[in-house]
Amino acid sequence: MSLLSVKNLRVTFDTESGRVEAVRGVSFDLGRERLGIVGESGSGKTMTGRSVLRLIRPPGRIEADEMTFDGIDLIRASERKMRSLRGPRIAMVMQDPKYSLNPVMKIGRQLTEGLRLRDRIGAAEARKKAIEALEAVQIRDPERVMEAWPHELSGGMGQRVMIAMMLIPNPDLLIADEPTSALDVTVQAEVLKILDDLVKTRGMGLIFISHDLRLVARFCDRVLVMYKGRVVEEIEAGNLMAAKHPYTQGLLNCLPRIGGAREPLPSLDRSGAWAEM
Amino acid sequence: MTRMTAPDISSPRPPSQIARRFKRVASVVLALFATFLGLLLVTFIIGRVVPIDPVLAVIGERASQAQYEAAREALGLDKPMWQQFGIYVWNALQGDLGQSLLTRRPVAEDIARVFPATLELATIATIFGILAGIPAGVLAATRPGSWIDQLVRLIGLMGYSMPVFWLGLMGLLLFYGMLGWVGGPGRLDAVHEMMFELEVRRVTGMILIDTALAGQWEMFRNAVSHIILPAGVLGYYSMAYISRMTRSFMMNELSQEYITTARVKGMPEWRVVWVHALKNVMVPLITVIALSYANLLEGSVLTETVFAWPGLGLYITNALFSADMPAVLGGTVVVGLVFVGLNMFSDVLYRLVDPRAK
Amino acid sequence: MTTLTEWLRDPSPSSRAQARLGQLWLGWLRFRRNPMAMLGATIVVLLLLMAAFAPWVAPYDPITQNLAERLKPPMTGGHLMGTDEFGRDIFSRIVWGSRVTLYIVVLVAVTAPVFGMLIGTVAGYAGGWVDQVLMRITDIFLAFPKLILALALVAVLGPGIENAVLAIALTSWPPYARVARAETLTVRNSDYIAAVQLQGAGPVRIILGHVMPMCLSSVIIRVTLDMAGVILTAAGLGFLGLGAQPPMAEWGMMISSGRKFLFEQWWVATMPGLAIFIVSLGFNLLGDGLRDVLDPRSAGK
Repeated sequence: MSLLSVKNLRVTFDTESGRVEAVRGVSFDLGRERLGIVGESGSGKTMTGRSVLRLIRPPGRIEADEMTFDGIDLIRASERKMRSLRGPRIAMVMQDPKYSLNPVMKIGRQLTEGLRLRDRIGAAEARKKAIEALEAVQIRDPERVMEAWPHELSGGMGQRVMIAMMLIPNPDLLIADEPTSALDVTVQAEVLKILDDLVKTRGMGLIFISHDLRLVARFCDRVLVMYKGRVVEEIEAGNLMAAKHPYTQGLLNCLPRIGGAREPLPSLDRSGAWAEM
Repeated sequence: MTRMTAPDISSPRPPSQIARRFKRVASVVLALFATFLGLLLVTFIIGRVVPIDPVLAVIGERASQAQYEAAREALGLDKPMWQQFGIYVWNALQGDLGQSLLTRRPVAEDIARVFPATLELATIATIFGILAGIPAGVLAATRPGSWIDQLVRLIGLMGYSMPVFWLGLMGLLLFYGMLGWVGGPGRLDAVHEMMFELEVRRVTGMILIDTALAGQWEMFRNAVSHIILPAGVLGYYSMAYISRMTRSFMMNELSQEYITTARVKGMPEWRVVWVHALKNVMVPLITVIALSYANLLEGSVLTETVFAWPGLGLYITNALFSADMPAVLGGTVVVGLVFVGLNMFSDVLYRLVDPRAK
Repeated sequence: MTTLTEWLRDPSPSSRAQARLGQLWLGWLRFRRNPMAMLGATIVVLLLLMAAFAPWVAPYDPITQNLAERLKPPMTGGHLMGTDEFGRDIFSRIVWGSRVTLYIVVLVAVTAPVFGMLIGTVAGYAGGWVDQVLMRITDIFLAFPKLILALALVAVLGPGIENAVLAIALTSWPPYARVARAETLTVRNSDYIAAVQLQGAGPVRIILGHVMPMCLSSVIIRVTLDMAGVILTAAGLGFLGLGAQPPMAEWGMMISSGRKFLFEQWWVATMPGLAIFIVSLGFNLLGDGLRDVLDPRSAGK
């Protein structure tokens, strides 16, 4: 049985200037595997990820024919039920640790908060677990990081803290929303490696959201290509180069290749019928 | 995989940074002193432009020419202007703001006597404002566009539009005149007023604290019934300001990404709002609260007139009508100093609360 | 009409005037959608009409005393809001009082912002020690609580409506100086200022002709938002007997005269206060609405 099953997911926003459809009928299934979602900014990939956690705030609305996680109906689950899923079952790592960590709370408190509040674990034991989690993301001096403020950490450190925080309750599904886009290129690889190792050894499902086609292809088992709120192509990562959809092909052609022709990269051809939606 | 390089969190402060901090403190103190000098210069100029002869004001109309000259010399009025200003500043630094023409006592002494009453009023009003304003602003921000948001907005706008003295009169009319729920003008009923002078030792000058210390609970209750209306009126203005600012700060924080993080962690909504977001809101709110406190000191001038509250505001207005310029200007300097002091205090507090400011 | 709106909405205006009017038209459309702002605008327009047509709106003379009719409650004997202790019709006095309020508001609105803008733009454009000195002075005035400084000034100048205006203006310019300086700093090093400098324009012409206009919109918003505060301060001075002098009809002074009869003849103090409240509310609502329309930073929310 699949871990997560989504059928015909739609996310709409009612704004002053009319209705905006951010996600328009996305369907996919996910086992304990690594699924990549690629697309340009505004393609609805982030909204798809957040819908799974039901974290779309009003005026946004989520609708779907089906959205089940481990047999639980996510569309009809109570807010209370959703809260019990967020954290222990489904977690999410966001783009930029500079914004996704609370600036006026020490790292230690943010790490142990879930343990203390949800699992009612004592201070000393929660601290021990948090330090273990920091060690798992290869932070050398966890005691000191526990006492640090978020602004004292570099981007790479912050993102590792973020990953540690999300993995403490050992979730079944992790959504990583552009987890390395805000980081320096040199740090990106390290953070990705840590993420990859942890997901593999713990056997979680992963939804990896990125605009970087090549990264996703290397990192995931399967790839969804999104454009304007729809999935235009679903393909095994290994077969990406054999993609059929003109948009995917267009994206691939935009990537520079070593040994390829040294002329300006082509821009996307959006004249096909698929772009008229 | 090998371990990463050492975490790049900041190391203990090098000595140069301590020196820099010292320099910053020094520059703040210098700015404070410059502002203080400026305050004194303005009041000094106002005092010299006054069409009232300060010498005649002291010795009376029927003094002889010799008496006049002697008094003039004693007041230092025969010296050049810049020297007079120097003396004025020097005296002010030593806490000497001149002598009141009305009470024949040093102005500083008078102010020390009346100031606690104002402080008590403004403090209770600010506590009202914080207790009502922050929750109102938070509720409005979490439900934008709802009836509660509209209500908070309306209450805030009304606070910005009503003259404080009029609201005070209306409060007296309704709660004292018609309903009889609260005490009238003054700090105590007339019966207790006499008793207070005789039986309560003056410790802080704040009536609630002094009566409580003396164990005079009936008098304490009477004092509460008297302070509740003026403090409520002033507190309403404080609330209007604080709730409006809280709402806008809160809206801003709730759209931040760390709020999503807290939700992803499965934190209940109350904790997301009242702990994660509010902690961040408190940082700029400190300045707002200090500002509203300072504004209450100013609002007290009119409020104290309406409620016959024997504080600094009433002292200044009374002095004004008796053309007691030293008292008026002394009061002005003190209120200005409190303004500047509060600003600096909020600045320091801000640094303590915001970890990024260190 | 349709041709006019089409002309206003033309996406490619053919003249500067058309473009400006078109922008105004769009602003007005946005403004009209905000019911609170419209309410504020209505109140302010009514105030203007009331002041302009005071002799025709007011049923009685505001100053002539009629002791036989003194302290009549509202809605009796043709007195909508009752009469005061001299038998004068309160409604008529409120109508005439709107002239005093407007007089104060207009005088403050044309003096304080202009002075503040001058200080702010000069400080921002000149920089260096000029900036330091001017901003230090501004800070000193900001350090004074407004009402108390105004009180001290009126005490020196003597009570009266002109002196009240002067005192209020002298205490309310610093925020404008701050705003203008901030705006000036953002445009000071821009290319178009450099272009004007290259054409040989002197600092006076640059400040007056090219820097000040850039500060106008943010200053105008502040002025509207400050008007309510000016009305309240003026009323406060009047209440203390330091503003307009009797027998002139001024709202703050009217409240103060009603204090003596507060518990028996409540209307004497209540009515003028309502007038102040409504007018200040009008300016506040209008200012809020204008800020939403004019301030590009808050637009689109």
